[in-house]
Amino acid sequence: MTTDAPVISAKNVWKLFGSAPEAYLKDMPAGRSFDEIRSDGYIAGVKDVSIEVARGEMLVIMGLSGSGKSTLVRCFSRLHDITGGTIEVEGQDIMSLSEKELIELRRNKMGMVFQSFGLLPHRTVLDNVAFPLEMRGQDKHARRERALEVIKLVGLEGREDYFPRELSGGQQQRVGIARSLAIEPDIWFLDEPFSALDPLIRREMQDEFLRLQQLLNKTIVFITHDFDEALRLADRIAIMKDGAVEQCDTPDQIVLHPATEYVRKFTEEIDKARVVHTETLIERGLDGEGDPVDASASVQSLAKLLIQDTRSAIPVAKDGTVIGAMQREVALGILVGTE
Amino acid sequence: MADTTAISANPPMSRSRLASLLVGLAILVTALQYLGFLPAALHRLPEALVPDFARYLDAFFNFVKDDLGLFALTRWLTGLLQTVLDTTANLLFGKRRWPNLGPIPWTAIAASMAVLGYYLGGWKMAALVAVTFCWTALVGQWKIAMQTMSVLVVAAPTAFIIGLSLGVAAWKSPAFNRALKPVLSVLQTLPFFTYLLPAVIFFKVGPTAGAVATTIYAIPPMILMTTLGLQKVSPEVVEAGHMSGCTKLQLLRHVYLPSARTEILVGVNQVIMLCLAMVVLTAFIGMPGLGAKLLAMMGSFKLGRSFEIGVTIVLLAVTLDRMSKAWVVKQPEHFERGTPWWKRHIALLLGLGAFVVFCIVAQFIEVASEIGRKQSLSVGKELDTGIKWFLNIEWVKATTGFLRAFVNVQILIPFRNFMLSIPTPAFILLITAFALWLGGRRQAITALIFFSLVALSGWWDRSVITLYSVISAVSIAMLLGLPIAILAARTEKWSQRLLLVCDTAQTFPSFVYLIPAIMLFGITDIAVIFSILIFAMVPLIRYTIEGLRTVPPEVIEAAEMSGATRMQKLVNVELPLALPTMAVGFNQAIMFAFFMVIIAAFIGTQDLGQELQRTLAGTDLGKNFVLGICVSLMALTFDLTILKWSSDRKKMLGLEE
Repeated sequence: MTTDAPVISAKNVWKLFGSAPEAYLKDMPAGRSFDEIRSDGYIAGVKDVSIEVARGEMLVIMGLSGSGKSTLVRCFSRLHDITGGTIEVEGQDIMSLSEKELIELRRNKMGMVFQSFGLLPHRTVLDNVAFPLEMRGQDKHARRERALEVIKLVGLEGREDYFPRELSGGQQQRVGIARSLAIEPDIWFLDEPFSALDPLIRREMQDEFLRLQQLLNKTIVFITHDFDEALRLADRIAIMKDGAVEQCDTPDQIVLHPATEYVRKFTEEIDKARVVHTETLIERGLDGEGDPVDASASVQSLAKLLIQDTRSAIPVAKDGTVIGAMQREVALGILVGTE
Repeated sequence: MADTTAISANPPMSRSRLASLLVGLAILVTALQYLGFLPAALHRLPEALVPDFARYLDAFFNFVKDDLGLFALTRWLTGLLQTVLDTTANLLFGKRRWPNLGPIPWTAIAASMAVLGYYLGGWKMAALVAVTFCWTALVGQWKIAMQTMSVLVVAAPTAFIIGLSLGVAAWKSPAFNRALKPVLSVLQTLPFFTYLLPAVIFFKVGPTAGAVATTIYAIPPMILMTTLGLQKVSPEVVEAGHMSGCTKLQLLRHVYLPSARTEILVGVNQVIMLCLAMVVLTAFIGMPGLGAKLLAMMGSFKLGRSFEIGVTIVLLAVTLDRMSKAWVVKQPEHFERGTPWWKRHIALLLGLGAFVVFCIVAQFIEVASEIGRKQSLSVGKELDTGIKWFLNIEWVKATTGFLRAFVNVQILIPFRNFMLSIPTPAFILLITAFALWLGGRRQAITALIFFSLVALSGWWDRSVITLYSVISAVSIAMLLGLPIAILAARTEKWSQRLLLVCDTAQTFPSFVYLIPAIMLFGITDIAVIFSILIFAMVPLIRYTIEGLRTVPPEVIEAAEMSGATRMQKLVNVELPLALPTMAVGFNQAIMFAFFMVIIAAFIGTQDLGQELQRTLAGTDLGKNFVLGICVSLMALTFDLTILKWSSDRKKMLGLEE
């Protein structure tokens, strides 16, 4: 899955807000903290971030409000111009693009979903979804056909002629999703797409989103402030604080081995048994006997087995073949929370 | 709350001390004047020292007009405008010009407008439209009403297009916006007479000049509303536009402008209302129509007919206002799939149908086409008798007589004489102190400069008389309006009712406020004050109710739980919190008063308005501008000071970011 070159590759990206950010960044001594920068009259929206997103991967960027996650994703799509560093999308430095090339890139490669939907209030569902197609000059017939297709995909059939205000929040976000998918983008940005929805609908939309992702298999950058949501969806999670990435790793690793105090605090309340998979617990040089457990099973799902079993080492199998073994003791520790 | 001001902010303390110092100084100078010690040069600026601004301005205008070739440009524009106006004039009231089709039968216009009303606001709106147009036709004012409308239908769209373009430009370029802002605030306080004379000089007397003046007058709010609307578009919608690959033009056309629809349509509403208000006033430069007729009728004291025309104007204003407001709130509705074409466009088809049918009917039945003088149902004469009878009833006569005699002789005239007796420097000091105390140093300096300029203009006495009319009218309006508003604000029901009355009254073109004033008091000082007074009371009541009703309920509940009586609650909680909003109303009342005092010049006053009106007869462009700017400078001083205080206060109370 991650064999190709990365789709998005950010190196030492800075985004400063203030009166003359470029000049300031150039003369700024290395290692200046967020607060020190702020006392100089600048806000570090993104602070020296290097991150890569592989093809087909879902990277979730997590952080509290004001941590810079929305700013970072807007740098990826160049809704913000970055102050320093480079961002390459499919090997192309996006800061070097002319306005025309940038528009081309967005018209063909990128889709984005917004927290408060960003729908055009004067257009029907159909016209909203067809909007990006209209912008790139597709003829009326083709864009109507494609729009209907995507509307069906997100389950809004029969509402094509409604106006946004006639829809519920969840339905409006489905329109937003459909619009971002209309041009068949390779890269999909989602900026807290479900935060404005109430918890029940949010859950439903997450399921819907997972279904879509299984169908489409896009490269995704997903932003959320909800750790549970991140754990549920992510291949990898990047946790941000004050514009910088504190840790970027798989959910299992973040829960088991938090890199900083800040990340540890975040993970404290999490039921680790639900997050950690047996694959993560495989120890080298360990041999197990008997029936193997599946590598993608969470510790929690094996609770009964772990308690009743008497083996000290349990083999772990992926797609039917044994790939290693884990200590039952360790898994039990995670289960009861002593780890 | 008083404590916190004193502790938290040192400057206000020294500010108020400085202000009292200035007041003291002013009193000292005035006292010297009364004792006869003050040299005459300090009482009034000697004539010799007054620079001849009017001549400088004249020279400047002549330079622009002749040497820069502006005149050629405006003459060319006049031709263009003339053609358009002739066309609408032909269609609406049958002026013999191209395309020689008109006049369109009144029934056809009324019917298709009623359908438009139905489309925008349902049956009620349709009924309102029908009543308005039928009334106009039946009292025999169709032709003059259409003369007015023929200018309106040209001026309003022109103002809309220019305002929209300038608004977009101001939003795009902050530098342009900064340059435009002060110009707009001057334009909005400039008395309308100042619009009229240049229009006449550059664009010929009659409908063309009327249309130009009307257009220019209506542009500023359109610019402001456009900029406001565009700035308010949600950033996410814009980003969505960017991510959809919009080019700059596509973004403006498909994302920004439609998203700012509400504000832009509110701007359209204001454009229409201002156009109507102004087009009536263009009577002063000889534009035929409702305004001219009203002017003539009032001049010859035919109050019955004046009243009828007033009703027509008011009905038209209310109808246009309601219709454009209905358009603002009208949201797109979707049709079920498979709705046939005719059903989707039913309103359009009905409107066209009604239009065609009545056009044909009018060919055979003359009344449906035009209502002649003899056939009209005007009851002007009868009304005249009625009014005379009413004014002759003992107690009415006694009341108006008392007001005329007592208020005028005992209060107004002494007050005016007192204001005139204050030496110029003392007066300026007082105004400066007022601005310093309420606004701050910047406002004080502005006030000082502005009023010094007024003094330098050589029209000081007339300016003071203008100010006297404004102050007395606004004071009386407060005495009457505030208790009414406070009483009404006690219940939701009465608040709503009164707000509706205010909203409606605010749409009336200012001119009609003169009618009741003249009816009751004839042509006197009191009539002037009275017309300003009712005009200024509207915003006062409006904002007071709004301020009181928007006090946060939990604060009121807290006061109630603290055992406050109704009076305590009002004095200690509601009024302090409502005061910033009330100040906005107070400010608007002053602006309205400045506006009205100029119109009231028609009644025969001795203020700047009178002089302004006189300039209209000639080609005194320079003098006209000097006078207009005097009014504008005085109005702006109050505007800047009071609004600054209001926003400071709101910030302090945490009511606004």
